[in-house]
Amino acid sequence: MITSFNDLLPMLPLLIVTATSVIAMMMIGIRRSYIATGSITITGLLVATLVAVSMMDLTNQQVTPLLIIDQYSLLFTVVVCASAMILAVLSFPYFLELDDQREEYFLLLTVATIGAIVMVSSNHFVSTVLGLETLSMSLYGMIAYPLHSAKSAKFPLEASVKYLVLSAAASGFILFGMALIYAQTGTLSFSSVTNLPAAGLGDGYTIVALLMVVSGMAFKLSLAPFHMWTPDVYEGAPLPATAYLATIGKAAMFVVLLRFIQISDALSFDSIVIVLALIAVASMLAGNLLALLQDNLKRILAYSSIAHMGYLLLALIAGHYVTGTIAVEAITFYLIAYVIMSLGAFGVASVISSSEKEFDSIKEYRGLFWRKPVLAATFIAMLLSLAGIPLTVGFIGKFYIFLTGVESELWMLLGVLVLGSGIGLYYYLRIIYRMFMPEKHSLPYRVGGVESASSYAVLAILLFLLLLFGVYPAPIMSIVATASAII
Amino acid sequence: MILVVLISILFLGGVLAWLSEGLDSRFPRVVALAAVVIDLLVMMALVGADTEGAGWIVQLNAQWIPRFGISFHLAADGLSVLMMLLTAFLGIIAVGSAWDEITERTGFFYFNLLWTLAGVIGVFTALDLFLFFFFWEVMLIPMYFIIAIWGHENKNYAAMKFFIFTQVTGMLMLISILVLAYFHYAQFGLFSFDYFDLLKVNTSSAIEMWIMLGFFVSFSTKLPSFPFHSWLPDAHSQAPTAGSVLLAGVLLKTGAYGLIRFAVPLFPEASMQFAPIAMTLAVISILYCAKVAFAQTDIKRLIAYTSVSHMGFVMLGIYAWNEQALQGAVMTMLAHGLSAAALFMLAGGLQHRVHTRDMDHMGGFWAKVPRLSFVALFFSIAALGMPGLGNFVGEFLVLLGAFKASIGLTVAAAFGLIFASVYSLWVIQKVFHGAYRNSDFDDTHLYDLSRREMFYFSTMMIGLIWMGMYPQSFLDMSAATLTNLLNETGQLLFAQGSEL
Repeated sequence: MITSFNDLLPMLPLLIVTATSVIAMMMIGIRRSYIATGSITITGLLVATLVAVSMMDLTNQQVTPLLIIDQYSLLFTVVVCASAMILAVLSFPYFLELDDQREEYFLLLTVATIGAIVMVSSNHFVSTVLGLETLSMSLYGMIAYPLHSAKSAKFPLEASVKYLVLSAAASGFILFGMALIYAQTGTLSFSSVTNLPAAGLGDGYTIVALLMVVSGMAFKLSLAPFHMWTPDVYEGAPLPATAYLATIGKAAMFVVLLRFIQISDALSFDSIVIVLALIAVASMLAGNLLALLQDNLKRILAYSSIAHMGYLLLALIAGHYVTGTIAVEAITFYLIAYVIMSLGAFGVASVISSSEKEFDSIKEYRGLFWRKPVLAATFIAMLLSLAGIPLTVGFIGKFYIFLTGVESELWMLLGVLVLGSGIGLYYYLRIIYRMFMPEKHSLPYRVGGVESASSYAVLAILLFLLLLFGVYPAPIMSIVATASAII
Repeated sequence: MILVVLISILFLGGVLAWLSEGLDSRFPRVVALAAVVIDLLVMMALVGADTEGAGWIVQLNAQWIPRFGISFHLAADGLSVLMMLLTAFLGIIAVGSAWDEITERTGFFYFNLLWTLAGVIGVFTALDLFLFFFFWEVMLIPMYFIIAIWGHENKNYAAMKFFIFTQVTGMLMLISILVLAYFHYAQFGLFSFDYFDLLKVNTSSAIEMWIMLGFFVSFSTKLPSFPFHSWLPDAHSQAPTAGSVLLAGVLLKTGAYGLIRFAVPLFPEASMQFAPIAMTLAVISILYCAKVAFAQTDIKRLIAYTSVSHMGFVMLGIYAWNEQALQGAVMTMLAHGLSAAALFMLAGGLQHRVHTRDMDHMGGFWAKVPRLSFVALFFSIAALGMPGLGNFVGEFLVLLGAFKASIGLTVAAAFGLIFASVYSLWVIQKVFHGAYRNSDFDDTHLYDLSRREMFYFSTMMIGLIWMGMYPQSFLDMSAATLTNLLNETGQLLFAQGSEL
C-alpha cells in the first residue's frame, strides 16, 4: 500500500503530466489564451521527459499493484512524452487559425499522454484498460476537434465516430478476454497462462481468451484483418491528431501487447503462434499492397503503418524462439525508429498544412524539393527510413527485425517481409519522385496557417535523431539492450 | 586512414558542390572535378605500395556497433586499388560528360554523382559485411536520384525498376549476411560481421547453398546476368550520360567484385557445386543478350545489352575460378569499364546533338562528324575484342581459363565474340556509313566532337591500348590478391570444373 510520498516518487513523470493538464485546465478557466495553454503543455511535457530521463538508471519498482516503473516503462515514458511534446509544438501553428475554441486541444493531448504513460507502465489488466480508455477517449476528441469549424479541411466527425464505434467494440473484446483469463488464473495482473491448476476451465478457454485479447489489441494496432478503420480515420482526422494516433497510440499499445505476451507465455500455444503469424503475413501484404493504389498521403501512411506493425509482429513471434533478449530489443528499437520516422513524415505534412487546408494529396507535393529543399529533404529522409534504407534509423530497425527472424528461423515470415518491403519501395519512391518533378507554379503550398520556426526546429531534431541513430546507433542500442533485459 | 580520406573527400566534395550552387550554377562542376581529381591523386599513393601480409596494402579497423560485433573495417589490396582507380578515372570522365549536358539543378546533380562514387569506393574497400551492405545501399540512392531527376522521357519507370531490383535482391543478401553472422555466433559465441571471422565459419552444406544464393542473386542482379538483367536496358536508356557512364563503368563492376571477394571465398563448397549453373547462366547472358542487342533500334538499349553480354564473360571467368580466368575477369572488368563508358558517352553525345536515340533515323554520319565517327569505330572495335586492345586480353584470358573448367561452355561462349563483331559493325554500318539522312531530326546541332570531348576519349583510348599492349602492369597488381583467394579456397572449383 501507499505509505509515503517516497513510494509515489517513481510516478513523477505521470504526476507531472497530470499536473500539467490540471494547470492547463485552470488556465483556460481563468483566461483563454492559446499561446499560454500551448506553452504550459509543451513545458510540462518537456519537464516530464527530462525527469523520466534522469530517473532511468535508478528506478525499478512496482508502484501499487497496477503500475510497474522500470527502465523499460521509463524508456517508453520518455518516448511518449517527447513525442507528445513534439506534436504539441507542431499542433500549435496548425490550429492557430481555427475559428473555434482552440485551447482544449492541448488539454486533450495532455490527457491522452497520461493514458499512454499508464499503458507503457502497465502489467495489470486494470491499468491497461484505464490507460487504454483514457488514451482512446481523448483521441476521439482530438480527431473530431475541428468539428465546429466553418472551414474544416476534412471529415473529422466521420472519422471520430468510426473510431469510437470500432474502438469500443475492440475494447469489449479485450475486456471479455481479460475476464476469461481472470477466470483461469484468478489474478488480474499479467501472469503465465500455461500450466494452470486443473481447477480452471481448460486450455481451450485460455486460447479463446488470448485470441480475444490479441484481436482487440490488433484492432488498436490496425493489424490486418482488423485494419479497415485505419485509412478513413487517418484521412479524416486533423494531421497532428493522426500523427498522435499513429505514433503514441500504436507504440503504447504495442508495449502492452509485448509485456502481456512475454509474461503470459501465450506463444507456447501453437494456435496462438499460427494466428499471430497469419496476422503478421496479412498485415505485411495487405498494408503494402493496398498502399500502392492510394493518392492520398495520409492513406498511404495509414497502410504503411499497417505493414510496419506486421514487421513488429514478426519480431514478437520470433521472441518465442530465440534465446536472450534480442527480440525484445528489436521491437523496442523498431518502435522508437517508427515513432521518429512517422513523426517526421506527419510533421512535414502538418508544417505545410493548417486546420483549414490540408495538403494530403501526393500531387500537391510536386516540386516541393525545388521550393522548400530543407523541408523536402527531411521528408525524403523520413520516407527512405520508412522504406528501410541505410544511413537512417529505419534501416537499423529493419536490421534488428531481420536478425531476430534469422535467429528464430522464421523463413516464411522473412520471405514475406522481403516481398512486402519490396512492394513498399514503390509507394515511398512515388512520393519522393513527385517532390523532384518540376514545380507547377499554379499550385500554392500554403494557404492557411503560419510558418513557425519552432516547427522547423522540431523537424530538425527529428532529422538529427534519424541520421544519428542510423549512422552511429551504438549508444541507443546499449540503452535499448539494458532496458530490454528487464522484460 | 588514407581510405577514410578517399571516401570523405567525395562525401564532403558532394556537400560542398551542392552548397556552391548558391554562388554560381557553374561552381558545382568545378568542385566535383576537383574532388575526383584529388581523390585519384591520393589513390596513386596506393599504387605499387608495399603490402603487409596476405596482400593487404592498408587496413583500418575501428569499432562501430559493438553490440553486434560490427566494425568499421576498411582495407585495400591490389584488386581493390585497381577497382578504385577505375572508379576515380571514370568519375572524372563522368563529370566531364555532364559538364555541358546538365544545366539544371547542377548542385544536387554533382552531389549525387560524388556520393555514388563515395559509395562505390566504400564497396571496394569494406571488409565488414555490414559496412559493405551499408555502402552497397548508399551508392544506390544517389543513382536513383540521378536517373529519376535528370533522366529522359520514361525516367520514373526506369529509376523505380532499377531501385526495386537492386534493393529487393539486396535484402536477400542482408538475410544471407545475417545467417552467416548468426552461424558465427552459434560457433564462436559472439556476433561478428568481419570478413576474416566469417571466412572461418563452417556452415552445413544444405544451408550453405541457400546463403550463397542470397549473395549470388544480389551480385548477379548488379552485374547483371541473365535472368536478372532486365532493369539495365531501361536504366541505361533513361539515365543522363554521366549516369550511364557510372552505371556501366563502375556500378556493374561492384557485382563482379562482390562475387570475387565474398560470394565464392565465403562459400567455396557451395560455389563449387553451383559453378556449372553459374557458368551456364553466364553463357546464356553472353549469347542471348548479344542476340537481343542485335534486335534493338534504340542505340542506348543496344549498348546496354552488349554490356550484359560482356559482363557474362566476367561471370564465366569468376566461376571458372582459376588464375587465368580470374585475371581475365578482372581485365575484362577494367576494359569493359572504359569501352562501355565511352560508348555510352558517344550515344549520349549523339542524343544531345540530334535528340533521338533511334538508329533507324540515323545514317551516314561519317561525312558530317568524322571525329565522332572515328571514335565510335575505335570503341566498337575495342568492344568486339580486337587484339591489341584491353577487351581482347580480358576475354581471351577468360576463355583460356574457362576452357580448363568446361570445354563445352567455353566453345559456346566463344561464339559471343562473333556475335559481338556482328552487332558492333552493324551499328557502325547503320549510323555512320551509307547516305546521310536528316529527314527525321533537326541536324542544326550536329557538331563534331569538341576538343574537351576529344581529350576525354583519347585518355580512354590510351587506357585501352595500354591494357591491350602491356596488360602485365595491371595483371601484376591483382595477381597477389587472386592467388591468395585461390589458395584459400583450395582451388576446389577447378577440381570440380575439370570433371564436367
